[in-house]
Amino acid sequence: MFQTVIHGRGGQGVVTASELLARSGFAGGAQVQAIPSFGSERMGAPVVAYTRFSDQKILTREPINHPDAVIIQDPTLLRTMDVFEGLVEGGWAVVNTRESPNEVRAAQPGAPKESGHLATVPADDIVREYLGRPIPSAALLGAFAALTGQVTLEAVVNSINGLFKGKVAEGNSRSAQVAYQWVIDHRGHEDEGAPHGIAPVDVDKPSTAELPIPIAGSPEVVNA
Amino acid sequence: MAKVNIPFMQTGTLVVGNRLLDEQDRSVQAWQDRASSLTHGHRACQGCAEALAARWVLDTAMEVTDGKLMVANATGCLEVFSTLYPESAWKIPWIHSLFANAASVATGIAAVNAVTGRGDIRVIAQGGDGGTADIGMACLSGMFERNDDVLYVCYDNQAYMNTGVQRSGATPPAARTATTPAVGRQPGNTFGQGKFMPKIAMAHEIPYVATATVADLRDLEAKVRTAMSHRGARYLHVLVTCPLGWGTKSADSIKVARLATQCGLFPVFEAEYGELKSSTKIRERVPVEDYLKLQRRFAHLFGANADEAALERIRRLADRNIRMYNLLPEGAAA
Amino acid sequence: MPELLEGSQAIARAVALCRPSVVCAYPISPQTHIVEALSGLVRTGKLANCDYINVESEFAAMSVSIGASAAGGRVYTATASQGLLYMTEAIYNASGLKLPIVMTVANRAIGAPINIWNDQSDSLSQRDSGWLQLYAVDNQEALDLHIIAYKIAEELSLPIMVCMDGFVLTHASDVVEIPTQEQVDAFLPPIKPLEKLDIAEPRSMGMMAGPDVFTETKYMAHQVMFHANDVIKRVTREFEEAFGRPSGKPVRVWGPDGEDRPARQGEIAVIGMGSVMGTMQAVAPTLWDRGVRTRLITLGSYRPFPATSVRQAIGAADRVVVLDRALTLGVGGVLSFDVRRSMARLGIPLHSVVCGLGGRPITEQSLAETLTRGKAGDLGELEFMDLKTELVGKVG
Repeated sequence: MFQTVIHGRGGQGVVTASELLARSGFAGGAQVQAIPSFGSERMGAPVVAYTRFSDQKILTREPINHPDAVIIQDPTLLRTMDVFEGLVEGGWAVVNTRESPNEVRAAQPGAPKESGHLATVPADDIVREYLGRPIPSAALLGAFAALTGQVTLEAVVNSINGLFKGKVAEGNSRSAQVAYQWVIDHRGHEDEGAPHGIAPVDVDKPSTAELPIPIAGSPEVVNA
Repeated sequence: MAKVNIPFMQTGTLVVGNRLLDEQDRSVQAWQDRASSLTHGHRACQGCAEALAARWVLDTAMEVTDGKLMVANATGCLEVFSTLYPESAWKIPWIHSLFANAASVATGIAAVNAVTGRGDIRVIAQGGDGGTADIGMACLSGMFERNDDVLYVCYDNQAYMNTGVQRSGATPPAARTATTPAVGRQPGNTFGQGKFMPKIAMAHEIPYVATATVADLRDLEAKVRTAMSHRGARYLHVLVTCPLGWGTKSADSIKVARLATQCGLFPVFEAEYGELKSSTKIRERVPVEDYLKLQRRFAHLFGANADEAALERIRRLADRNIRMYNLLPEGAAA
Repeated sequence: MPELLEGSQAIARAVALCRPSVVCAYPISPQTHIVEALSGLVRTGKLANCDYINVESEFAAMSVSIGASAAGGRVYTATASQGLLYMTEAIYNASGLKLPIVMTVANRAIGAPINIWNDQSDSLSQRDSGWLQLYAVDNQEALDLHIIAYKIAEELSLPIMVCMDGFVLTHASDVVEIPTQEQVDAFLPPIKPLEKLDIAEPRSMGMMAGPDVFTETKYMAHQVMFHANDVIKRVTREFEEAFGRPSGKPVRVWGPDGEDRPARQGEIAVIGMGSVMGTMQAVAPTLWDRGVRTRLITLGSYRPFPATSVRQAIGAADRVVVLDRALTLGVGGVLSFDVRRSMARLGIPLHSVVCGLGGRPITEQSLAETLTRGKAGDLGELEFMDLKTELVGKVG
């Protein structure tokens, strides 16, 4: 069993991310389960979602308390809660930030210490450039694929194309690819962050001018 | 069939006169093959105007629909006096579910008929004033708002008669009921707007809203015909005398209903899509006292401790109705 | 072909495969995704010959369902929690009128305090409503149960609640197998109502019954519930033959040794309904290795209550632990109450473990600790799992 917890904020597509991750794992032949944390959180409130991969039928329904990996969609969460709580020894983490892995480690004692187990990626900058909206889920899943190898980049892109259409699918797919490449390129450079305001360049990037607005009608806002 | 009023001058009613009409203009009740939707053997009180009205409404609807009619009935007198297992006085497909939900049950019936290709079968929901204006109003309003293909008929006897004459939201001011006794500083029901459901129905801008009374059954019949000529949500509000609850003589049910219209307290009109289309003019205006004095529920307004102030307020209600619904003939003095 | 689907979407697809004539619902969390999906299926014509009716309350939703079912239609609705209570009067009426309505209950707590999260207080409050109540362990079973429920409901002419844990199942994405239309059509024939409103044969439905016949009416309804036990067993067997999945069994017995047999001496019989039994199954093998041997008795049917099968499954267990997802105040777990009745004079101790109220997560660790204590004889008659005693003031 490989268990992933995604932390983010309402409106950031956290639930969609766990769904995409589950689809990617499912495409790779795993048994999967995606559970949004259920709440009446409105836009901006911390939201968490869980994804499980297994080679056997998944029976359990408990929330994930000891994740093998965490994905942090919103860097501001690093300062407000222990997003690495319960992370197993040798676990993985993908953080949406311009800071370097070692900068994150310095501030967060719970972050994975092993070299190559913590990836930071400027996902906001990437999606601003390629998607046109500050919804970093797809980029972080690309980074997750590069970091953990639990899913392939191809599966992530296919999942995106299965859930979205047109420019939204294209922007998300491209963001995932760029973030994937970012993690590959920065492997072993754990003191290296991203420059401010400059997105990684992709040679044939699409225009963001006509992108439709939200990437996902995110279902984590549940009305009582 | 055109509605033809044949005044029968000896009694002042409009209900007789079939023999004076051409056959095609006669009431459904003139014919042996009428549906007798609510047939004999039921347990209504002597002089029950609700039973009379229900029979006229449904027999007319049965004729109009060629027998393709289903009825949802709210809990109330009409339901209780007509069915007690194993007997039923209904000769039509009829269902009683609950007090508050006749309009919704009718919606469900209409929906299934429509999706299964039986849209020619029409649906009527019916209930008393409590089941309509009080406990059933949410379901009724929902049915109106969705414009479901249902005719809702309210038989308004102005209180909870089934449970022993308690006040309802449609009980008129000053009326004595079991829960508004004629004692204290303000005997009887308190003064106020009450709920005049036809106006609430009109606010939904449904295709057809009409009022009628058992004093003019030809008019009632004509309004059912008009209602059934429309599709969508329709509402028919029938004032029905209740000898038990009102304290009237059983023989006076028609007379009392007629006086309710002739004094101006009960307006008879038709409205389409929220707009008043026509009103039945008062033939000979009478003082409200003529109507009230025949009913023991208003007895405390008269006699030794006569309540002139209350009577004056009731007169003003009649005046207001006459203005609002334009109830006097052209040229008549208000 | 297996698909990854949110539970609610799977339910909507399964309901659509049953070809209802009317879907009528009022939105309430956590039922909303189901009815949203169905409204879309109707609007796009993917669910043809069906009307989706938006109503003004749950009371109206059940009332429209009553009318539609009385007119001979196959009817679907769904609700939860406060909504279920709001339609309670009509719920009793539907079963009294013997209308085969199928309703999903996306199980949720009842306020006050208002709480949108999962437990089973809502459906269990309808214990005496005369409806059948079937409970799903996972989303595959939940979707299968809807197909099974229509078949049972229409055979018995009785309404059925399909209960699934709100959020835990309704909002979770799982791998499920959605049957084909041909499979469902072959299993579930068009509805043939026992009684309906019919212009060719006018009848009165919902008549008043006096003291002379009311007892007999209820006695007959009571007998039908016993018959329902057999019908559920047969229909779920037919379902398994047709679809290859053992969904909806009234009682399923399982142990980490893989044997389907009653509990023996030295074992704890663990009884529960819904998704908690999935988590229990996940933790049971570890417990077994540690010497805490459990036999899991999962109830797929709560009404009718399969008392005989439960009694048999308990067998010679040392003790019975009931995982109660609803509480009757001052008494204890609701399910325990029924289980206790079914094990009269067995002389086996029963421990009611109230857990997961109002969405409190039921963790494998807590279940393991509870059963370890059970093995050691440390469990009381009534326990509140994970009770935060520091939050509890002095009572009384």
